[in-house]
Amino acid sequence: MFKKSLIVAAATAALVSTGAQAAAARDYISIVGSSTVYPFATVVAEQFGKSTQFKTPKIESTGSGGGLKLFCAGVGVEHPDITNSSRRIKKSEQDLCAKNGVKDIVEVKIGYDGIAIANSKDSQQLDLSRKDLYLALAKDVPDPKGGDKLVANPYKTWKDVNASLPSTKIEVLGPPPTSGTRDAFAELVMEHGCQEYPFIKAMKKTDKKAFKAACMGVREDGAYIEAGENDNLIVQKLEANPNALGIFGFSFLDQNSDKIQGSKIDGVEPAFESIADSSYPVSRPLFFYVKKAHIGAVPGIAEYLAEFTSEKAYGEEGYLSDKGLIPMPEAERGQFRYDAKAETPMSAL
Amino acid sequence: MNDATQNRRRAIDVVNASLKKRYAREARFRRIGLGAVVLGLVFVSVLFFDIVSKGYTAFVQTHIELEVFFDPAVIDPEGKRDMQEIARADFRKLVREPLRALFPEVKKRNEKRALDGMLSGGAPYQLLDMVRSDPSLIGQRRTIDLIADDDIDMLVKGHIDRNAPPSDRRVNDQVIGWVDTLTEQGRVKRKFNSGFFVNGDSREPELAGIGGAVAGSFYTLLVTLVLSFPIGVAAAVYLEEFAPKNRWTDLIEVNINNLAAVPSIVFGLLGLAMFINLFGLPRSAPLVGGLVLTLMTLPTIIIAARAALKSVPPSIREAALGVGASKMQTVFHHVVPLAMPGMLTGTIIGMAQALGETAPLLMIGMVAFIVDVPGGPLDPSTVLPVQVYLWADSPERAFVERTSAAIIVLLAFLIAMNTFAVIMRRRFERRW
Repeated sequence: MFKKSLIVAAATAALVSTGAQAAAARDYISIVGSSTVYPFATVVAEQFGKSTQFKTPKIESTGSGGGLKLFCAGVGVEHPDITNSSRRIKKSEQDLCAKNGVKDIVEVKIGYDGIAIANSKDSQQLDLSRKDLYLALAKDVPDPKGGDKLVANPYKTWKDVNASLPSTKIEVLGPPPTSGTRDAFAELVMEHGCQEYPFIKAMKKTDKKAFKAACMGVREDGAYIEAGENDNLIVQKLEANPNALGIFGFSFLDQNSDKIQGSKIDGVEPAFESIADSSYPVSRPLFFYVKKAHIGAVPGIAEYLAEFTSEKAYGEEGYLSDKGLIPMPEAERGQFRYDAKAETPMSAL
Repeated sequence: MNDATQNRRRAIDVVNASLKKRYAREARFRRIGLGAVVLGLVFVSVLFFDIVSKGYTAFVQTHIELEVFFDPAVIDPEGKRDMQEIARADFRKLVREPLRALFPEVKKRNEKRALDGMLSGGAPYQLLDMVRSDPSLIGQRRTIDLIADDDIDMLVKGHIDRNAPPSDRRVNDQVIGWVDTLTEQGRVKRKFNSGFFVNGDSREPELAGIGGAVAGSFYTLLVTLVLSFPIGVAAAVYLEEFAPKNRWTDLIEVNINNLAAVPSIVFGLLGLAMFINLFGLPRSAPLVGGLVLTLMTLPTIIIAARAALKSVPPSIREAALGVGASKMQTVFHHVVPLAMPGMLTGTIIGMAQALGETAPLLMIGMVAFIVDVPGGPLDPSTVLPVQVYLWADSPERAFVERTSAAIIVLLAFLIAMNTFAVIMRRRFERRW
């Protein structure tokens, strides 16, 4: 018995010590972050792994917030080298980074992603305004009878919201609050929509908290269905239920254009061109952040940056655009390529 | 006497009167039981049918047969046969040229792009691998089956509706025309998809495989088995045979039973805090995954092993002690060998459980995009169920069938393990 447990203990100790050794020198890039950037970063990583002598980077999809938390935990091989983000780093996160010794961060913007609001091809294409979406999905809306007060959302069908819309039940499948897509949707659609009411807009100055609750609170009476982070699932559900609308990344609309159609938002159809020239209102920039202290310490980071910012990757006709990434204008691409090459750290926010 | 016969008749009458009711009750119960079994089987067969009907097409892959000229001017212009130099050569040119030669009328830039796009992004690497293993190919012409792009694969397999309006399909009329021409020439082939079993993950569905995930699962389960079997058996033997029965051992027993019911994500959090943050083990490594799954399977193994030890009759122990064996000899020479089949069955079931687990691995970074097939328990890797989860979340249509195919492989492993457990039990189990 004693002998056996001794052997087991020795084996565990041996495994742990080899593990510690492996952590001391890492020969692959470790990337974490946004699930929206994940499909693009993985393509670059794969190309990078195939065309260089470096190992293929490891990419975890942790969400933007989770990724930045891991990223800012410190300098050293046990922490990730790069984090992807579907929004810009926040001041609080930058402070956290600085507190943990992560001082110099290189910021690279890679392009844009549109958020599509789509339904099945079996039903008609909708032409929605952001105000319509706000009224249909907010938890509390301005009293339809008039007056400057909020009441629990009474709308049942799209026709109730806007007489020009069909009289189908409001049923929207979308991402849960942990998702970056949801954050962007709340900010770009809901917040914008609610500001069309002057009294809510006035709240922004007086009571920020109440303003946020009024604008970004999503109804919980079954009209908005949290369908999880799996966008493919939403697409399948839309096919089965022609009355439902779904909210997801543009690349899923692009890949499934035979089954679903994007609704026009403020009269603009979600398309490659309209997102690129930012006439489509619901689009956001995508980023990744690099720990400068790791460049050189972990092999291949500089080369990975060069691959990601090359014209054949994030350029106008690069392979990322085939995957649904909307490229930046040429001047901006050149700027970020230059900054990535020079490893220019970003300034404090 | 008369009274007694009357009484007896009355009892029989009572029995006879209720007999019909009792039979009906029994028949009803049997029908309900049978119904439950049939319902269960129907659900399982619907699930299997759905997965298999979606997934079986992934085991074949569309290839386009082309005659490739390994042009020395492109591959190795200096003629030094330096592999590093050759790896940087533009193999894309080699795969494009034969296709363009077949359709000389294609001149416009975007049409050329569409034509080039019919072949997978992995086709050039196919050629590179061939040159690597046999450098004498340079300068020769060979007929090679090149991997087709996933859209072409979907078209050939009939997952893209040719009659849909052109704006609604991923493949336009022109490409369909080219595919039809190639099919008439017998160049479009559907071959067994061996890459699916050996490749690591990829963002190109036609190149993605479960090789990396299977290797990751193997290393993870190896670590789990090496740790959990000896620890679990040792714990069970001590608790069952040596430990005194007092309040402490009762407490331990209750806690082991509790651990078996703890949600697996909790073990993941524990693993993150202990193994990664405290001990500094690398993230995403099968070693850490194995340690976490060990924590999870230990209670299962301990409970099964204790049950197996309990079922060994006391007469065996008494006989051994009676002929002068020590306590230790009794346990290790007689009781443990007799209980071994039961312990192994419990272990296999615990392992099968661990094979299907994703939640605890989420926390320790094993849910990740990893292309290189892991070569040991310290390399970053994923496991089979995680691969299923990652593919299910990918936008490309071709990943749907691959997801189902990966599920088929996972189910095959699970069925094999559970069957093995049943066979072991049948063969070695002894009844007293």
